Amino acid sequence: MLDDFMWRAMIAGVLVAMAAAPLGCFVVWRRMAYFGDATAHAAILGVALALLLNVSIFLGVLTVALVMASCVSMLSGRGYAMDTLLGVMAHSALAIGLVAVSFLSGVRIDLNAYLFGDILAVGKTDIWIIGGGVALVLALLFWRWSSLLTATLSDELAYASGIQPRREQLVLTLALAVVVAVALKVVGVLLIAALLIIPAATARPFCRTPEIMAILAAGIAMLAVTAGLRTAYVMDTPTGPTIVTLAAVLFTLATVVTQCFRFFRQRIQPAFFHSGK
Amino acid sequence: MRFNQPPDRDAILNVRHLNVRFGGQHILENINLDLYREQVVTLIGPNGSGKSTLVKTLIGAVTPTSGQVTIAPQQRIGYVPQRLHLDPTLPMTVKRFINLPRRHPHYTVQKALEDAGAEALIKAAMSELSGGQFQRVLLARALLTRPDILILDEATQGLDHRGTAEFYQHIESVRRSYGCAVLMVSHDLHVVMRTADHVLCLNRVICCEGKPEQVASSPDYQALFGDQTAQTLALYRHQHEEAANAG
Repeated sequence: MLDDFMWRAMIAGVLVAMAAAPLGCFVVWRRMAYFGDATAHAAILGVALALLLNVSIFLGVLTVALVMASCVSMLSGRGYAMDTLLGVMAHSALAIGLVAVSFLSGVRIDLNAYLFGDILAVGKTDIWIIGGGVALVLALLFWRWSSLLTATLSDELAYASGIQPRREQLVLTLALAVVVAVALKVVGVLLIAALLIIPAATARPFCRTPEIMAILAAGIAMLAVTAGLRTAYVMDTPTGPTIVTLAAVLFTLATVVTQCFRFFRQRIQPAFFHSGK
Repeated sequence: MRFNQPPDRDAILNVRHLNVRFGGQHILENINLDLYREQVVTLIGPNGSGKSTLVKTLIGAVTPTSGQVTIAPQQRIGYVPQRLHLDPTLPMTVKRFINLPRRHPHYTVQKALEDAGAEALIKAAMSELSGGQFQRVLLARALLTRPDILILDEATQGLDHRGTAEFYQHIESVRRSYGCAVLMVSHDLHVVMRTADHVLCLNRVICCEGKPEQVASSPDYQALFGDQTAQTLALYRHQHEEAANAG
């Protein structure tokens, strides 16, 4: 099964979706969307450094993503607004990364593969790395779930329950860096944030508890990945963008359905009651 | 009406020479405070006087620059925050919220919700609650561990008169049935005067403290809150006592 590139792509995509979607829920709840974006954009710098130093790309991306995320965490609340700081750092990291890549003489790299992902080129080793990363993220989320949720609700409530909100923030930062590193091959640096946020946003109207939202988001993300791969294969479109497009279609459908439902409940139903009387 | 009996037991919460500084600015200076079992202590003070910082220091969210906060062994703290903003993207039922970060047996949850007057809300979504309901759920959450000390940080902010009065009724009945001490920050001066055993008037330092009527007549208090308020309070106290004597 692992010998077929389609199957490898499918497995890699589904694995990444499993970790990205629940983590994406936290990104949405804590309004860290731009934070995820910044960490992902910094990954291109990681790619350049890894090629330069001749180490594994996964390691390079993971390191730079971690450094980036910790920098943002530390600098926030010191004179600049969070979004300004992220805007500066995200795009600077992306730009510096692209410049650094151009210095790599002798190595011909396909920049598109890193910007938009190259899921069809996933090898057997990649699957093991992705599997390990995903297992780590899921284990972290599972282990810290209640503390993470409490810290998301309010810092004071967390302190009163003996939870350190900054430590929970660090756990999320770490998980985010790992997801960026493993999702690089699947959707590329420019679209990782989409894989985090869109499934969570799609799941939101159908859920009453955070746990259900995380599970449903994972389901939606896996559906987007598998359907996106299939569509890309049939229509011969780039896979990363196709996966995100599919996710966007699911989001639009969910929004239309919930808005129609709400409209029906508010406007039309009372009219039925009145005519019945 | 209850007045503070001179406490002959040991305090369950001690604050000694507490100082908190943020970036060179003194937020709290030399705060001393004792809290005894079943005592109701109210913190009043103008905006920015350090009330919330003091409460946050007590629950461990702010580390004091110097001085110490001592809580007697085995004493549990229940904390009711100021109105909490829940992000609308986070789906949360009352039941799930109450069980964070630790799950509690169903009957414990049921009992806490009943004591806070929120038993009908267990299945509701947090986003559907009114201000008063939300505060009662927060109170219920603080009651789960059967606290010895209940700390409330402006818990009635944003509630109307009726909601405020009802909320304080729940606090009072909780204090009696749980036998816990209550430390609260409050802007509702009328309620403070009626329910508190001890009032601390805070303005970076504790500028005056004592029984409610002592504080109300203190010049420091009048300087902070103005003659008008002080007169209102004196008047209130007067009427209230007449009513009590008549009854």
